[in-house]
Amino acid sequence: MDRNSPPPAPPRKRLTIVDYLLFASVIGLIVFASYRVNDVLVYHWNWSRVFGFIIRFDEETGSWVANLLMYGLATTLRLAVWGTIFATIIGILMGYWRTVDNLTLRIISRSYVELVRNIPPVVFIFIFYFFISSQLFPALGVDDIDRDGYIVNTWAFWILFGDPALLSNFLAGVLCLAMFEGAYVTEIVRAGIQAVPKGQWEAARAIGLSRTNVLKDVILPQALRKILPPMAGQFITLIKDSAIVSLISIQELTFLATEVAATTTKVFETWILVGAMYFVLCYSFALLFAWLERRAARSRR
Amino acid sequence: MLDAHAKPLVEITGMCKWYGDFSALFDINLTVHEGEKVVVCGPSGSGKSTMIRCINQLEAHQKGTIRVDGVEVSPELKNIEGIRREVGMVFQSFNLFPHMTILDNLTLGPTRNRGISKKEARDLAMHYLERVHIAEQAEKYPVQLSGGQQQRVAIARALCMKPKVMLFDEPTSALDPEMIAGVLDVMIELAEEGMTMIVVTHEMGFARKVADRVVFMDQGEIIEVAEPEQFFSNPQSDRAQLFLSQLLGH
Repeated sequence: MDRNSPPPAPPRKRLTIVDYLLFASVIGLIVFASYRVNDVLVYHWNWSRVFGFIIRFDEETGSWVANLLMYGLATTLRLAVWGTIFATIIGILMGYWRTVDNLTLRIISRSYVELVRNIPPVVFIFIFYFFISSQLFPALGVDDIDRDGYIVNTWAFWILFGDPALLSNFLAGVLCLAMFEGAYVTEIVRAGIQAVPKGQWEAARAIGLSRTNVLKDVILPQALRKILPPMAGQFITLIKDSAIVSLISIQELTFLATEVAATTTKVFETWILVGAMYFVLCYSFALLFAWLERRAARSRR
Repeated sequence: MLDAHAKPLVEITGMCKWYGDFSALFDINLTVHEGEKVVVCGPSGSGKSTMIRCINQLEAHQKGTIRVDGVEVSPELKNIEGIRREVGMVFQSFNLFPHMTILDNLTLGPTRNRGISKKEARDLAMHYLERVHIAEQAEKYPVQLSGGQQQRVAIARALCMKPKVMLFDEPTSALDPEMIAGVLDVMIELAEEGMTMIVVTHEMGFARKVADRVVFMDQGEIIEVAEPEQFFSNPQSDRAQLFLSQLLGH
């Protein structure tokens, strides 16, 4: 025997007859469903009417411009980004409080998590929206914002927050989402902190680090690294969950899609198209996070 | 060896500790003077680790007093970090920070606690890394080092705080046999330089060579305190005799 000879090739994975049968039945189901829709419902497909709501040709300027569904997609994306930022801040704070000795902080964070997790999201959002729109925003003066102010009337503001006329509407959506998703982030962060071995706390304390530094320099960096995969999943969930804020009239993708479907009466086309838009958005992020994770894993060696 | 006029650095009097109803430590009295090296031994579960972990309050005691350099430490003490900075600790499982390079592991304490610059902290860290014979690994991460190397880094990390006393909690118990010598050599060098040390260990060779006193514990009590020669050749208590015969008798 020669030590340098290559190892035997691994057995190849082949599709079996069962796999082909499965494929066939899935295709059969799709064909059957389309037949039912076309034949039984007597539904007239008209995709072009719906596509016009993604981009349309503007006669006046003679160019293609974005239409309702693109605005909705942009708002959904903004909601997702800001929602994630705030949910992460809430989640890290509350998640840490879940692990401390102080009883008051533990009660606050535990109540928050249990409250949000045990109420249907729609109900939570109706209640919370009532509170922020009737109490918080008037107190903060969000509705009285100067739309021609030198900060508001800029490209950066438009890109970050969208139409200033809809600012309070948008912020309400962000806050609702952040409060809602924050509870789930809290639990992820708590699990991450608790997954850091006890010895790390002790070593950090033993060199005399203050409470804050123990957390900031030693525990959180390790905890956050551990929770990167579930956090990425939660971010994608947040994009999908953002659809429920359409119920409080936040003008994001689902809300505008409802309007488009009503105007055009092309219900199937609209929702299939919107479904595809959500899919592209979420799947892009899933790929991005998978790539980031691989990179993080490599840089750590 | 020991200066009769040395000041007491660690004074434990009448200390007791319970885990629930279980009495983990009972009436511990021990004074360690500046420059003294004390080895603590005893069967597992005898409270050795718990005792030294009370000194820097990683564990809270419930009765009695502990003074470190004259300051009483207790769970209520506001500035417990101040005490911990004077007390270096080395753990059985090293507990290096895995997300930082070796150098960053060492500079974290000094830059955060002593308020010194990055540059100074780096010089300090390199100085101690050289002392534990590991300077060439400064830019690596802990996982890339062997257990023995990691433990020497952990010693250097503790030394960077320029502690008045060093606590060692079974520093060689998690190491492969061929790694132990390197760590013990570093500890012996440290002892020769006059560091005050309290060492929980089963390395009786180290105890014989370095210790001024050996403390024998069993079931949460200090049973016997003696100079190493006397302790090993002529232990007074039955339990110490039994322990030594089990340790050396095969």
